[in-house]
Amino acid sequence: MLSCKDVTQLLSEAMDASLPIGKRIGVRLHLLICKFCLRYKRQLLLIRETARRLAAIETTPGLPAGDALSADARERIRKSLATP
Amino acid sequence: MAKPANTDPAEWVDRYGDYLFRYAMVRLRDRSTAEDLVQETFLAALKDYGSFTGKSSESTWLVGILKHKIIDHFRHQAREAPLGENDLREHPDPSSFDGSGHWTSGPADWGGNPADLYREKKFLDQLAKCLSGLSPNHANAFTLREIEGADTGEICKVLNVTETNLWVILHRARMLLRRCLEANWFEKSSKKGS
Repeated sequence: MLSCKDVTQLLSEAMDASLPIGKRIGVRLHLLICKFCLRYKRQLLLIRETARRLAAIETTPGLPAGDALSADARERIRKSLATP
Repeated sequence: MAKPANTDPAEWVDRYGDYLFRYAMVRLRDRSTAEDLVQETFLAALKDYGSFTGKSSESTWLVGILKHKIIDHFRHQAREAPLGENDLREHPDPSSFDGSGHWTSGPADWGGNPADLYREKKFLDQLAKCLSGLSPNHANAFTLREIEGADTGEICKVLNVTETNLWVILHRARMLLRRCLEANWFEKSSKKGS
């Protein structure tokens, strides 16, 4: 019988590779009766979505929001491009 | 066929500088490293300008160069600071579980509709902040996997770890990020609401 501690590890592993059938069934049965592990799984998936969203939003060209190069860095890079 | 209109390299900084910088910041979490790699990207692009065919857009071409530089940086960091005992200890948060491996208090209910959360800019910022709090090995593994979408085989090569170790690292990274978000976002917002 898998413990919650085992299941949290397997849930993470299942996000990166497919689990062997026995473990997959074990996890599925555990999630039917354990609301904490089910919640944990949903939160990990939410974190994955958020990370993807973070990558997408920060790199949409033309979006004015977010970080910008500092004036110093801009100047330094411009100079280095002019005198390679 | 019309020749693609390339920009004068003198205009690159104004045109692509912030875009490349943001791309680097999300992945590197450090201003000065991000600035350095943006500079190196432009210099490499300038040297290689003749080979730019215009098949992809100029920004895609530049991002491609930057991406390689970021991965090289991760590779270098992994060599400088290889995994320690601490990175591999299985459970970052042993108090979450009792002796038989059951949750002691369990993850909190994040309430509302969590699916809407990831659209919130502040929540994205909080995740970025939590990510900066992880050790470089954990943060880089998470970044390669979840932000870059690399598969585990590639990540193992970059970070020079076995697949089994990578699973442990990713498990730890996710667990620590989850705990950090719960402590800094959900507990604060539930207090705000009361």
